[in-house]
Amino acid sequence: MKMVTAIIKPFKLDDVREALSEIGVTGMTVTESKGFGRQKGHTELYRGAEYVVDFLPKIKVEVAIDDSKCEEVIEVIIRVANTGKIGDGKIFLLDLSEVIRIRTGEKGSDAL
Amino acid sequence: MLLRIFHPKNLRLAVMILPLFPFIMPLPVMADELNSGDTAWMLTSTVLVLFMTIPGLSLFYAGMVRSKNVLSVMMQCFAITCMVSLLWALYAYSLAFDVSGMEKGTTNFYSFVGSLNKSFLQGVARDSMVFTIPETVFMTFQMTFAIITPALIVGAFAERMKFSAMLWFMGLWLTLVYAPIAHMVWSGDGGLLWDWGVLDFAGGTVVHINAGIAGLVACLMLGKRKGYPTTTMSPHNLNFTIVGAAMLWVGWFGFNAGSAVAANSTAGMAMAVTQIATATAALAWMSSEWISHGKPSVLGIASGAVAGLVAITPASGTAGPMGAILIGAAAGVGCFLAAVKLKRVMGYDDSLDVFGVHAVGGTIGAILTGLCADASMGGAGLAEGVSIAAQLVTQFKGVMFTIIYTGIVSLIILKVVDAVIGLRVTEEEETEGLDLVLHNEKGYNL
Repeated sequence: MKMVTAIIKPFKLDDVREALSEIGVTGMTVTESKGFGRQKGHTELYRGAEYVVDFLPKIKVEVAIDDSKCEEVIEVIIRVANTGKIGDGKIFLLDLSEVIRIRTGEKGSDAL
Repeated sequence: MLLRIFHPKNLRLAVMILPLFPFIMPLPVMADELNSGDTAWMLTSTVLVLFMTIPGLSLFYAGMVRSKNVLSVMMQCFAITCMVSLLWALYAYSLAFDVSGMEKGTTNFYSFVGSLNKSFLQGVARDSMVFTIPETVFMTFQMTFAIITPALIVGAFAERMKFSAMLWFMGLWLTLVYAPIAHMVWSGDGGLLWDWGVLDFAGGTVVHINAGIAGLVACLMLGKRKGYPTTTMSPHNLNFTIVGAAMLWVGWFGFNAGSAVAANSTAGMAMAVTQIATATAALAWMSSEWISHGKPSVLGIASGAVAGLVAITPASGTAGPMGAILIGAAAGVGCFLAAVKLKRVMGYDDSLDVFGVHAVGGTIGAILTGLCADASMGGAGLAEGVSIAAQLVTQFKGVMFTIIYTGIVSLIILKVVDAVIGLRVTEEEETEGLDLVLHNEKGYNL
């Protein structure tokens, strides 16, 4: 099993959720987050006082999936969350050693 | 304030016009006879001016501070409202508006401050009259001015002053600065600045220069906020600020048009010039910012509107519409330069620009009042035999007197309060935020 963590632009969240549902992804976790990469931050100006804001708002999407679905999920996120502009985000792929459904105690793929 | 409605010139005008409408115009009410139209307008104006402080100014300021200090600013405005109301009833109304011992052209003790004859509102009875309205209404109307003036100063020392020290300072300041200046400018014949011929319809010197200079002295005395100017201190909620500015704008019609103390043509023109000057100043600040920083901002247009309201205040009873545009434009650009450029260069930490907006805007307005009052500028006309140049000199004298008096007395009060209880919270408390440290509360529990 794999854990796919995607950092995306906030306005792309609905598109990503829909596209992943269409290919059979049945659950995900979404967190509002902040960060910076190549896009860097922006400056704000209040009555002449200039502040550099390093961290920009992003959405972190976490999806746990079977190995077999991994490539498809990544492909979908890349296609849907892409605007072609700097700041589109990143995908981190991690191995997932175990998944347990709390209500039933099921483990592994059955718990996804 | 508009004791000048009884200016001989205006009376002559009335006498000239009256015979034309012998049957439809009532005779001017010269005696203390109640006029219900005037009274209704002054009741309304009083409410509007109170609305400027709570909630208008409170929100305007609260939006500009950091989220950990939002309640402290609202609390200061609210507490000042309560304290000043009480002190005003106990003795401050008397100090400001009692006229015993005053005589036109004679400078004596009572040219500077009123007696205590009206302390505890003695003699302000149900049927006492000021012009054509009950004195109770006049007294309460003036009370709302006495409330907003100290509340304006809050912006200068926001985010670092002890609440107790703030109360002591404001109580003493009302007594030793506001009441005497209001008396000298507004109490009528025998008042020092009144006799000089200073034109200040609704409070350019009394309210705005007064508060702006006291703010500058206070922020210099307290010192900069910890981390200023390197740490980010961006406004935590500009929605509050724009809503607060809009409330100030609405309430200001009570301030300026209400200063006619009547529902008459002076009030009508005051309303018109207030709207015109404010809109002009808001656009002028916005444009200055757009040109020099690349983008027009919400904080900028809101600040510009307040700058325009401040500047038209002294001129609102005498200027005409074109004069209002001139005053608005000058205030929008002038206050922008003061709050944005001058403050950076000088390095003082006037947190919310009380000096840059109120002292600078008040001064621009007070001086230009002398110019815009002239009939050639579309104004109501200067007093008989007074040239524009002479009026400008008088206005300048009024401004300088107020700056010097307020500067010195505010400094003394702050020194005394500092010596007795200390003005500032500790560094640790300041970092934690005044809401939690001084009031055991948080503005946001989300």
